Amino acid sequence: MATLTSATPTREMALNPTLLWKRMRRELLSVVLVVVLFIVIIGPMLTVIFWAFAEQWRYPSLVPTKWGLSYWQETLTRADVTAALPLSIGLATIVTFLSAVICLPASYAFARMNFPGRQGFLLSFLATNAFPRFGLYVSIAVVFFRLNLIGTLPGVILIQIVNTLLLMIWIPTAAFQNIDRSLEEAALDVGASRVRVFLQITLPLVLPALSAAILLTFVSTFYEAQGALIIGVPNIQTMPVLMYSIINSQVIVQYGAVISLVLWLPSLLLLTFAQRFVRGNTISAGFGV
Amino acid sequence: MATLELIGLTKKFAANNAAAVHDVNLNVGDGEFLCILGPSGCGKSTTLRMIGGFEEPTAGDVRIDGQSVVELPPNRRPTAMVFQKYTLWPHMRVFDNIAFGMRLHHVPKEHIDRDVKNALQMVGLSGYEQRYPSQLSGGEQQRVALARALVLQPKILLLDEPFSNLDALLRVRLREELHAIQRRIQITAIFVTHDQEEALSLADRIAVMNAGHLEQLDQPSQIYAYPKTLFVADFIGVMNIFNATRTGDSLRVGQYALKGATGVRGDSNLSIAVRPEDFTFGAPTDSHNSTEMWRGVIDQSIDLGHYRKVLVVVPGLFENETTALAHRLKVYMPKSADAKEGDSIALYPTRYLVYTDHTQPIEVRNQALRTSDETRRDDLSSVAVSSDALANSG
Repeated sequence: MATLTSATPTREMALNPTLLWKRMRRELLSVVLVVVLFIVIIGPMLTVIFWAFAEQWRYPSLVPTKWGLSYWQETLTRADVTAALPLSIGLATIVTFLSAVICLPASYAFARMNFPGRQGFLLSFLATNAFPRFGLYVSIAVVFFRLNLIGTLPGVILIQIVNTLLLMIWIPTAAFQNIDRSLEEAALDVGASRVRVFLQITLPLVLPALSAAILLTFVSTFYEAQGALIIGVPNIQTMPVLMYSIINSQVIVQYGAVISLVLWLPSLLLLTFAQRFVRGNTISAGFGV
Repeated sequence: MATLELIGLTKKFAANNAAAVHDVNLNVGDGEFLCILGPSGCGKSTTLRMIGGFEEPTAGDVRIDGQSVVELPPNRRPTAMVFQKYTLWPHMRVFDNIAFGMRLHHVPKEHIDRDVKNALQMVGLSGYEQRYPSQLSGGEQQRVALARALVLQPKILLLDEPFSNLDALLRVRLREELHAIQRRIQITAIFVTHDQEEALSLADRIAVMNAGHLEQLDQPSQIYAYPKTLFVADFIGVMNIFNATRTGDSLRVGQYALKGATGVRGDSNLSIAVRPEDFTFGAPTDSHNSTEMWRGVIDQSIDLGHYRKVLVVVPGLFENETTALAHRLKVYMPKSADAKEGDSIALYPTRYLVYTDHTQPIEVRNQALRTSDETRRDDLSSVAVSSDALANSG
């Protein structure tokens, strides 16, 4: 800056009122940004955490007026919660597994084979995300009703698989495409069969991206509520669906808060896992960013 | 150790398109180092990939030691390839990269350990076993790739522009190392490149390709001295090329005449090619026959360290003088020559090749003429130019 020649630029700056003001203004801006971000992101989370551990929270206190764990016991022993939690985990596992079985070979085909309509098919997976989900689900519900799939586990599995397609096709497709073919040719050249090339060269190279896609699919399925709500009523009640109904129908805020925290747990665990084992750029690379 | 034969090798990528490789026939001897040289898109890489098994020929045969391998996939051919791109497997350490192929062939562990060690030593990377490819420089990666290819003791080593991604100095160094290794282990090697300097310095023989055709297969010195086609003449080294016509026994180049039309049939569509070092030059004098001695003005004089490159404008030499840059005569002079920009100069070619549509090129040596200072030259080292003469004329 202007003080490039000076031996003590900081002192110079401190003495110069114009520069000092400029610096203060810049720092003020960052402070304001941090505060805003805190209010928008951390604020709601803190509120939920406070409510989960609050026995009593009276206006106008900023923190609960009485802390305690009694609502945890009360919530987690509710019959609907003890039924919904294993159901949600099981459902997310099944959906992720089926989605992987369908999508991963498909993504390999998208990446490696040239067939008519390839680009069109690839873009078609955007369709489910391009329109309001709710409208889509309602029209699917009409079809499912005729097929007697409403209120059944297969119905919910089907609707949730639709949600996973984009992620499970696009990320692995990009990963397969990003592998330099000459890496595979080099393995073929030293004597590996095509199957071995796939197992020992291709697969290890796409594994980070595949794990990222699978993790994201599991987490997003675990939290999926709209499809499960519309197709699953009245028999299938997943955790997010249960949370909706508890928040909507109960006067006791703590139930919702406790369930929210319980719902955070799996994604927190998985994403921590992902951060350690999946390179950070894999997910963004999946979308060609 | 092995020989390689390509017989009528042809590759078409689409049924109605021109062939990417057209009817290539060549034999490579045991322990020979052959370079396939050509501009990008000439089919040289496709030819190499057909030898390695990565492309299926449309027609023709590839024989190694007399046995056809054309039906075999790459993993069952006795060839090993070093690719242009860095192809070390990023999830394996250097040791595992090199050992991968041997493990597939069920080589005992102690042999693998020994061979990997030897291979790394050969490429000058002892102690690199436990590194990952991402921890290596580009040059080191290509050395490991070479070790990976050689450790399997292939009959034919294939190299597809392996050093083209490296910077110039490293490229020259690796080229020299490769040359030494190939000489030591006496392996038959096919090296594809678009860099003529690389080809000239590495190869026992060079196969020049253009537009899918094999233009010339010869030793480097022959390729340089007697390029068989106008393409090779233009592509290899620096060449002055003129259009010419024939009248009786003499050739007309623009307003100038050259002798040596004996054996030339047809009178149009002739081309004359002159190497920049094949000129005799001196200060112009009035006694020179005006149609035989070319007269020009030095447009640019570039000191290239060990010699001087001089660009001369010779009016009336090129038929079409619209593009001035392309139509300057390129002449190499010894460093000591006092050739200043703007100096007048008289010169004529002492050796040139005449190309016709139908016949082999005809070499003409033209030593009858003398410049004012009686300079005659056959190569750069024997050139002695009177600097006085040139200076006086300026």
